[in-house]
Amino acid sequence: MAMLGKTANGLYWMFRYLERAENTSRLVETGQRIGLTRLGQDDDEWASVMQSASVLDAFNESHDEVTKESAIDWMLRSRDNPSSVLSAISEARQNARMVRTALTGEVWEAMNGCYMAAREILARKVSERDLPKVLGLIRQRTALVRGATHGTMLRNDIYDFARIGTFLERGDNTARILDVKYYVLLPSALSVGSSLDNVHWETILRSVSARGGFRMAYGSQVNARDIAQFLILDRRMPRSLNFCASKIHDNLRYLVSDYGAETPSYHMAQALVDRFVHHDIDAVFESGLHEYIQSVLIAFGQLGGQIEKDYRFYE
Amino acid sequence: MSEDQIFDEMWGRDDTLRTPYTEFQGWFQDEDLKRLRAKQREAEEVFRLTGITFNVYGRAEAEERLIPFDIIPRIISGREWQKLCKGIEQRVRAINAFLYDIYNRQEIIKAGRLPQEMIARNEAFLPQMIGMMPPGGIYTHIVGIDLVRTGPDQFYVLEDNARTPSGVSYMLENRETMLQMFPELFSRNRVQPVQNYPANLRRSLAACAPNRCEGAPTVGVLTPGIYNSAYFEHAFLADQMGVELVEGHDLRVVDGRVAMRTTQGYKPIDVLYRRVDDDFLDPLNFNPESALGIPGIMDVYRSGGITIANAPGTGIADDKAIYSYMPDIVEFYTGEKAILENVPTWRCSDPDSLAYVLDNLSELVVKEVHGSGGYGMLIGPTSSKKEIAEFRKKLMSKPGNYIAQPTLSLSTVPIFTKAGLAPRHVDLRPFVLCSPEGINITPGGLTRVALKKGSLVVNSSQGGGTKDTWVLED
Repeated sequence: MAMLGKTANGLYWMFRYLERAENTSRLVETGQRIGLTRLGQDDDEWASVMQSASVLDAFNESHDEVTKESAIDWMLRSRDNPSSVLSAISEARQNARMVRTALTGEVWEAMNGCYMAAREILARKVSERDLPKVLGLIRQRTALVRGATHGTMLRNDIYDFARIGTFLERGDNTARILDVKYYVLLPSALSVGSSLDNVHWETILRSVSARGGFRMAYGSQVNARDIAQFLILDRRMPRSLNFCASKIHDNLRYLVSDYGAETPSYHMAQALVDRFVHHDIDAVFESGLHEYIQSVLIAFGQLGGQIEKDYRFYE
Repeated sequence: MSEDQIFDEMWGRDDTLRTPYTEFQGWFQDEDLKRLRAKQREAEEVFRLTGITFNVYGRAEAEERLIPFDIIPRIISGREWQKLCKGIEQRVRAINAFLYDIYNRQEIIKAGRLPQEMIARNEAFLPQMIGMMPPGGIYTHIVGIDLVRTGPDQFYVLEDNARTPSGVSYMLENRETMLQMFPELFSRNRVQPVQNYPANLRRSLAACAPNRCEGAPTVGVLTPGIYNSAYFEHAFLADQMGVELVEGHDLRVVDGRVAMRTTQGYKPIDVLYRRVDDDFLDPLNFNPESALGIPGIMDVYRSGGITIANAPGTGIADDKAIYSYMPDIVEFYTGEKAILENVPTWRCSDPDSLAYVLDNLSELVVKEVHGSGGYGMLIGPTSSKKEIAEFRKKLMSKPGNYIAQPTLSLSTVPIFTKAGLAPRHVDLRPFVLCSPEGINITPGGLTRVALKKGSLVVNSSQGGGTKDTWVLED
């Protein structure tokens, strides 16, 4: 059994973009929510939200100032922003067309339906009043693609590449959110617990849809150390760095056993997973939270590059 | 051409319900127009969601278009179909024999039945194929024969498609959609199935595997890529056959075989169903600018390392100038008179014919020899004086580029309009598979319908639509 390198590439990117669309819409929702309940009065939060989505620099190149409207539009609809929800869904769908033969009919139709719905609902600027509905619809549509994938696809190499794409994007996303906000999690902030800290902490948890999960795991008392523990090391949290790394590792291991050959990327994933096993959160703080997250981001990037090579995504 | 001469496949010429439509009519009479309108919209939704679209050349990805689908089936009796099949099979056998002959001994030219210059000066003739025997002896593995009907027993071949006939995905999806929307109509009629086409196609292609193939043949579909107008069909067929969909840059020649780049290295392909034109197939042997092809594939082909379906150079058989010789070609290779008639054709390269054509432009259909898709043609009876005058100039400057035919009074079948059923002109493209195991014709085919009242142009690029085509078990 083998599949085209191009197909592996297409699957990987289809699911990366799908995940990105979801992540971006989640960040928009966070920005909106924080904006409505915030204490300050400027639109600072939107710069930080765009920074978390790694789209702030490109935004600044074409905009003079950050306003709520322009930030939301940039993140939801702009064709100039390759990570906007509309761009990401279009890319996901374009990749799905390319790998149509590797997908079940249900997955393809869910993806095509998602694209058609997004194009319609994002055809015009989204008003503040419609925003919750639009974000809800996007999340529903992307979830449908994920559900169809989960429910109808064979568990073979095709599925592995889809999953690897999903978790690399997700891990990268969580790491970036932490990277932008790491300072509010530093031990120096631990003692404070001011209302400003609370806002920041809530922002982080909302950005990864983890408020409920956090409460379940750690109770209602929020503190920086627990958040860091939860988002970096917790194996139950489906968006934690540890969780994403171990999923990528699992799927690379399935590929190794399916194909009967160990690859450099598998060993890289192994090393990445080991880091999380051997670290506790205090050790992470000791080595420097910022440096730690930076090194994970780099590791994710290198792993992605190695997977492309190992499985011949390109010529 | 007056309206009352037109043969309608449901009502004949005299408003008498024809037998194949009996059950349909019974069903339709009890139907509510409002429900049918909703069904028509539902069908469009299905097509949009499944992505059965064609890309319009030169436009952005947003411009994927639906080919309009009409929910009223076109119904043909089993007896009518059997007769057609005989004619189609004869014609396809003759086309294959002709291609072999043309690229080998050229007996037909020696016998004086086809002028030498029809081949020598023809751009579709590929010198690279001379003396080459394709695996299994098959040149055109997949053929589409375009038919039109003018009476109860009168069918004409309008065109042979021996290169890369398209549209089969619409035949299949049209049926799938109809089965979903009108199951009760299928319970009342025994409709011969079309769903086996992909399995038959794969089997037929595998049966043509080259000698160097070891074990079960690996089949692939070669597409120019997602921006090609027929990309949906390429993906659809690969998916339905369970084979890889490849582009030129997925392939390269490795150890004398054409191999695809997989996640585990290069794996040889045995049979390539290519939907890329000859000219783009191999930049080393044909168009050096082509980025769609595989450098060196022709050398592998000649050494028996791969089967290319359809074979390069088959275009010589469906050229419109060759078309006019088809009755002779059929007779020459089968020893029988052609069962399916050609539309009478004037070759404008011939001065007498040209003179006749110029005198009768307002009555005739004039087509470019190498044209397709309904572009660059003149339909005399529906054209303005100005259009005819302009066309006359083009024709006179390059008469050899044109053929002319009488305007046929194409049959009509009912389509669904706001006001109920209304007759529209149609043609039919049955799909034929050839392999050493034999010839397989899917019952029915693709019916294209001119949606505009009175129009004779059925091409999708010119506002035509499609319909499900039923062949009944008698």
